[in-house]
Order: sequence, then structure tokens, then C-alpha cells
Amino acid sequence: MNLVLIFLITIFSLSLFFYGRSKTKSISIQNNIKLNALPKFYGYYLVLWCSIPALIFLLVWSLFEPVIIKSIIIETAANQGAIFNDKNEANLIYEKIKAIHLGTFFGDIDSILKESAISYAKFLNLFTNSKIVLIFGIVIASVIYSLKKIKNNNKARDDVELILKGLLFASSLIAILTTLGIIFSLLFESIKFFSVINIFDYLFGTNWSPQRAFVSDASKITSAELEEIKDAFGFIPLIAGTSFIALIAMLVAVPIGLFSGIYMAEYASVKVRRISKPIIEILAGIPTVVYGFFAALTVGPFFRQAGESLGLTVSSESALAAGLIMGIMIIPYISSLSDDVINSVPQSLRDGSYAIGATKSETIKQVVIPAALPGIIGSVLLAVSRAIGETMIVVMAAGLAANLTINPLDSTTTITTQIVMILVGDQEFDSPKTQSAFALGLTLFIATLILNYIAQRAVKKYREKYD
Amino acid sequence: MTKEERLKKRHRSEKRFKLYGVASIFVALLFVLILVQNIFSKGSSAFMKTAINVEVFFDPELLELQNGASSDDILQADFFDITIETLLKAYPAKNLDEENELIDLFSTDAEIEIRKAFLENNNLVGKKINLEITASDDIDQLHKGNYPRDLPEDRRRISNFQLNIYDNLVESKKIVKNFNNYFFKNGDSRNPELAGIGGALVGSFYSILICLLLSFPVAVLASIYLEEFAPKNKITDFIEININNLAAVPSIVYGLLALQILLATIQLPRSTPLVAGITLALMTLPRIIIPCRASLKAVPPSIREGALAVGASKFQSVFHHVVPLALPGTLSGTIIGLAQALGETAPLILIGMVAFVVDIPSTPIDPSSSLPVQVYLWSESAERGFVEKTSATIMMLLSFLIVMNFIAVYLRQKFEKRWN
Repeated sequence: MNLVLIFLITIFSLSLFFYGRSKTKSISIQNNIKLNALPKFYGYYLVLWCSIPALIFLLVWSLFEPVIIKSIIIETAANQGAIFNDKNEANLIYEKIKAIHLGTFFGDIDSILKESAISYAKFLNLFTNSKIVLIFGIVIASVIYSLKKIKNNNKARDDVELILKGLLFASSLIAILTTLGIIFSLLFESIKFFSVINIFDYLFGTNWSPQRAFVSDASKITSAELEEIKDAFGFIPLIAGTSFIALIAMLVAVPIGLFSGIYMAEYASVKVRRISKPIIEILAGIPTVVYGFFAALTVGPFFRQAGESLGLTVSSESALAAGLIMGIMIIPYISSLSDDVINSVPQSLRDGSYAIGATKSETIKQVVIPAALPGIIGSVLLAVSRAIGETMIVVMAAGLAANLTINPLDSTTTITTQIVMILVGDQEFDSPKTQSAFALGLTLFIATLILNYIAQRAVKKYREKYD
Repeated sequence: MTKEERLKKRHRSEKRFKLYGVASIFVALLFVLILVQNIFSKGSSAFMKTAINVEVFFDPELLELQNGASSDDILQADFFDITIETLLKAYPAKNLDEENELIDLFSTDAEIEIRKAFLENNNLVGKKINLEITASDDIDQLHKGNYPRDLPEDRRRISNFQLNIYDNLVESKKIVKNFNNYFFKNGDSRNPELAGIGGALVGSFYSILICLLLSFPVAVLASIYLEEFAPKNKITDFIEININNLAAVPSIVYGLLALQILLATIQLPRSTPLVAGITLALMTLPRIIIPCRASLKAVPPSIREGALAVGASKFQSVFHHVVPLALPGTLSGTIIGLAQALGETAPLILIGMVAFVVDIPSTPIDPSSSLPVQVYLWSESAERGFVEKTSATIMMLLSFLIVMNFIAVYLRQKFEKRWN
């Protein structure tokens, strides 16, 4: 239905383009007046006026229609004597009514449901009809308005440009809407979670075992159940595991990335640079699920065998394997950023150092790197934020059990792994277990936000210093 | 320490320092090589499948069909008995256990393959034909040399009797290797020999298409606004900071966003390319806006001023002159953003694309999988056959990414104007 309406609106407004163009042409010839804009702009003007208000209305309507119909139906069903105790049962009844209406419900249909289904069909019909009528009304009103404007020979180009500018502005607002959406959706569930679990129990608890929280509805939790799950959501093991794996990754990525960045910027010939830089950047383009596969099926077992031959017990999901592969994934982020940063250190600093007899490496170590340090630290922080937000490698190669350990050969878990593990498959939306995933997401979001903010500030300050 | 010694020491440390640089680049390159080699050596065998040549006799007594039966009748008819007869003829089996082991050498789709052969040429009643039936995963892996034969029998999935049959079949040249059409045609399956990436390919295609349709226009319009029209004020600054931060938000957070807003609030259908496409579009948007803005910024102000000088409006100068010049950079930025979206896994797992979907989706609102999610799903499976399937899927995924990146580089080098 909506598609048909959109199609009709599009066709109609496109035909208005030709009408507007020829109409204004003929007006200007008949009345012998000079138009205030090229004829095609009058066409565009009509098109925009005809389509945008109607489409916006259609969008808003389609967003709210299901919600309104649902509340009406549930209310009428309740008036007719349907019994439901809470929101879930009401939802269930609504779904049943919908299924009966569509003819896909097989089961006992009692009279209340049947009548509700009939009234559902009635409301659906009513809403669809009024939608069509309203949209036609809007199209006609806006066409009349814009035609009148055209006949008065308005400055069509300016008006069209104003509307388009509004469109451009609206598109750039989508970024803000996305951020708001993220914050809203994370906060919404997290607040529900923290109303059950004390925030200090979460932040400082040392035991993470959400599978214990099998209660399905957070709002009806009993005090005995609460006592049971109170200490199941301790965040400490997760942040420890996440930082530990990120640390291993950094131990791999920072030296390799930094040295390749320095070599690219200071030593490499144009030819070497042209070949090796893209190849290193391939590492950043490989999907992380590929690294995860490699870590889980090749590196993990390899470490275990190597450990066995040395007489060590190595878990096949060791933190070492996940961290190592994550480090390799991060190399290009550090190398290309530090390459940029080093390149923007002014040549005069180097020349000064050479002039007093320093070798190239001495210049790099004692002049270039100290000068580039804020930028390098910024790039490392960006890499850290990428490491703690990285999901697939740790989901596939790190463990699931939340161990508090500093043995790299042991298995440990991370924030992202736990989010995936909790949310994979079917979820009970109201259980504290599901909500805990959103609390973890919020923590992760805030952590990466702070890291990125500091890193971007550092890089920006550094750039300003030498620009 | 004399002067000469000191100098020598300093030169040695110079050499050492340079060596560190070479070594780290070398390590990075070596890793690319190891990874690619590892994936290719594991995956290339998945493009072939093992089949066993058998003689099928369409016995009129077992088959209740006449020559020239309609295809509906054939699809209704029971080919089970014929299939069992055929498979048992491949090797003499003495008792029921042995017969079962013999049948286990063939894929569970043997019946469907025999039916298909009959469908293609439906005057076969009473005739004998030679047919290549897909072998089971165990035989497939054994024949490709991925399965160790020297394990003791109780730790092997293939019994000694089955190994005997296999050796016998190899000797009589009944075992052949064919192109694995199932791998490209089929959806997911529990049996590795039948599993394919057809569904995942279609799912990925729809997701990326929706992602492109949503993110490209919005990203281009937004970057035009920010770069060309936006007044320098607090709101613009805020939008800018926002976009930079969004580009660095971990992808899994977008999964949570989609779960809460798209699935729980708006109630779009789970596990579908539609939801995947919208999620990926939100994620890709800032990643496209940044290169788009860079390429708009690279167009020199003289172009704009020239247009304004001959009487164009601000809009005309931007849309007639600046945007076309910035287009190559914009497009290549978009393609690279889409390539990243194509390899993205974590948000898709959260919106339920991990569901086991056998059918190939025909519309974007059918449940489906996608290439990277298929990699994740199969890598969790225990069967040996899935290891090579996973690697082969990665090969496909990587080749798409290489093609996309190549197009992006080509666009930029061929069409982008250099301003000096």
C-alpha cells in the first residue's frame, strides 16, 4: 500500500515538473513578462512541494499507525472481557488477533478474539482509508499553494535552493540522530538493569556469571532471587580480560607498527614505500572474522601444541593467541598514523640535528620522536580503543568463562565476547541478563568515547603546533 | 673509549635501528603471506567435490512411473528404493551393518540426484545409466587427503570396512572429482558436502545494496552541507565532532542500537537483509562522510569563485562544478566504506543473522545469512568438511574485497584531478 502511494506521488510530482515548466513559459509569453527564474526551476519547485510534505506525512503516519492501532485494539479487547495481567500477555493477545485477521492462526478462537479480529480489520481499514484521503488532501493543498506562487512569478530558484538546503541540513543531522539513538537505546536498557542490580555491585564485583540470572522478568523479581543474582554481574573480570588482551595486542602492535612507520617515513625509498605501504594496509582491510578464524583454528592449536612440547598447559582459547592476532590487525593503524605524524615534523628540526653531527637514528630518537610524541600517543590511544571494541577475534579465539587471570596462556573473556554470548539467539527482553549486555555496551561506548576524545585532542593539538 | 670506537658504536647502532624498521615491515608482510597461504591451502579444495560413479537401473518394478511421466508425477514419485538398490550395488555388503556403512559413503542427497537425472531425461524407465553421486563428507575429506587414515579405528569416523570400499572404488577408478556446484548454489546445510554459500551471497548482496542506497545519498548530501554551506557555529562543530566519534564507535554498539530501535521498537523482521542493510548504513555513514568531505575540500576555491563570478548561485557553483570534480574521490570513499561493511560481522550476529537458514532468500525481508556471518557459523562447526568450506568462503569474501578496493583505487587514479 505504502509503496503504491509513494509510486503515485512520485509519478504525479514528476509530471508536475513538465507542467510547471511549460506553464511558466506560456505565462511569460502570453503576458510578456520576464520570469524571475529559468522555467525549469518552477518545475522543480512544484516537484518539491508536491512530494516532500506528502512523503514526510506518510513516514510519520507509518511509524505511529501500528502503535495507535495496537493500543486501541488492546483496550477494546479489555472492554470486551479479555483478561491479561501484564504487557506481555497483552502483546500475545494482540499478536493472536493479528494472526486471526491474516488467517494464519490455527488454534482455539474464542468469541472475544474473533470480535477483536473483526474490529482490528475495521480499524485497519479505517486507518488506511483516512491515510489515503489525508495524503491526497496534503498533495492537493500543497500543489494549489505552489501553483499560486508560480503564477505570481516567485523567485523559484531561491525557493528551490532554500528547500534543498534544508534537505542537506537534514541529512547532516542524521549523524546526531544516530548518536542520540545509540545513547537512548543503551541508556534505556541500562537504567532498567541498574534498577535491579546495584551499580556498585556491577562496577566492583569480581564475579561474572550472567547465566545464573535466569529470572525472566526484571520488574517482578523477588528478594530471594535478587539475593541470588546480586553478585552475578561483576564487571571486574571482564575489564581485566579486555585490558589484558588489549595489552598483549599493544605489545605486538606498538613496536612493529611504530618501527614500520619510522622506516616508511625516514628510510624507505619511494619504490619500497609504494609497494610495502599498501601491503601493510591490507592488514586493516581484512575482515576481523577472518582473523578470528585464523586465530581459533591455526594459531590457538599451534600454541597449544608448542606449549605441550615444552611441558606447559596452554588453553586452546588462550589470551595470547587472541591478543597476538589482534595486535597484527592493529599494526597498520599505528604504522600509517605514525608515518603521517612523523612526516609532518618540520624538516628544519632534522637539519638542525644533522648539522651538529647526529646520525640519522640519533636524530630520529632524540629529535623527531620527541617532537612527534603527542601524535604518536594519539595514534596508540586510537589503536587501544579499537582493540577494546574489537569483537570477532575475541569471540572466536578467546574464552567464554570470566577468569581473573594474568597468565597469557590461560583463557579469559572480554566485554564484547560477553555481549555477543548474551545476545545470540532468542532473548527475553526483560531479563536482567539481556539488560546486562546493554550495560556492557554502554560501558564500552563510554570507554571508547573517552579514548577517542583524548586521542583526537592530542593529534589536533600536535597538528596545530606545526602547521 | 677512543673517538674511532665511539663512532663505530654509533654507526652500529644506526645500522641496528634501520634493521629494526626493516624487520618490522618484514614481519607484517610475512604475516599477510602466512594468512593468505593458510586460507588458500585450506580452502582451495572446497571448489571441487568427490563423487562416486554408480550404475543406476531404473527398475520398473520399484518405480511406479511410465516413460514420459509429467514432471509433477516424477517429483511426487518415490525414488528411495531405487536409490538404496543403486548404492548397495557399489560394493558387496554382507549384513545390515555393512549395508548401512556402505550407504553412509554417499551424500544424503543421493535420492534427489537420482531423481534429477531422471527428470532431465524421462524415458529412462527400465534402462541403466552411469551417474556420479556426491560422496559423503567423510569420503570427500579422505579423498582430498584432509583426513588421517593412520588413526586407530575407534578414533576415526570412517570404519575399516568403509576404507576397504574406498580403496576398492579408487582402484576401479569409480571415484571422481567434479566442480562443486553445490558450494555456490546451495544454502546452509548440516551436511558439509551439501552446504553452500548461495544464501549468504544473496543475503550479503541485498544487505550491501540497501546499505549503499541509504548511506551514499545521505553521506554525500551531509558532506556537501558541512563542507560548502554550513555556517561556522556551535551546531556545525557539534555535528563534526559527532561524525568523527561515530566513525570510531565499535561496530558491536551499532548491533545493540539495531536490536533496540529496529527490532524491539519498530519491530522490523529479525535476521533479514533489510535490518542488516540499515544497521550497516548507519555504521558506514560517518566512514563515507569523512572521505567525501576530504575530496570536496580538495577542490580549489578558484573553481567556486569562477562559477560565482559568472553569475551562478552558490548552489549552482557547488552542484555544477564542485561536486562533479569531487565525484571520483567520493565514489572511491564510498566503495571502500562498503567493502568494510561487507566484512562486518558483529552487528549482524546481534540482529539474528546467525539463524540457520537453508532457503536462499528471494527478497530483502526473508531471513538470511551473509558471507562473514557464514564464516563465523561454519568455523564453530566440528565437522572437518566445514573447515575447507569456511576457508573457501573467506576466499570468496577476500576476492570481493580485493575487487572493490581495486575499483576504488582505479577510480581515484584514473579520474581524480590533481591540483597543483
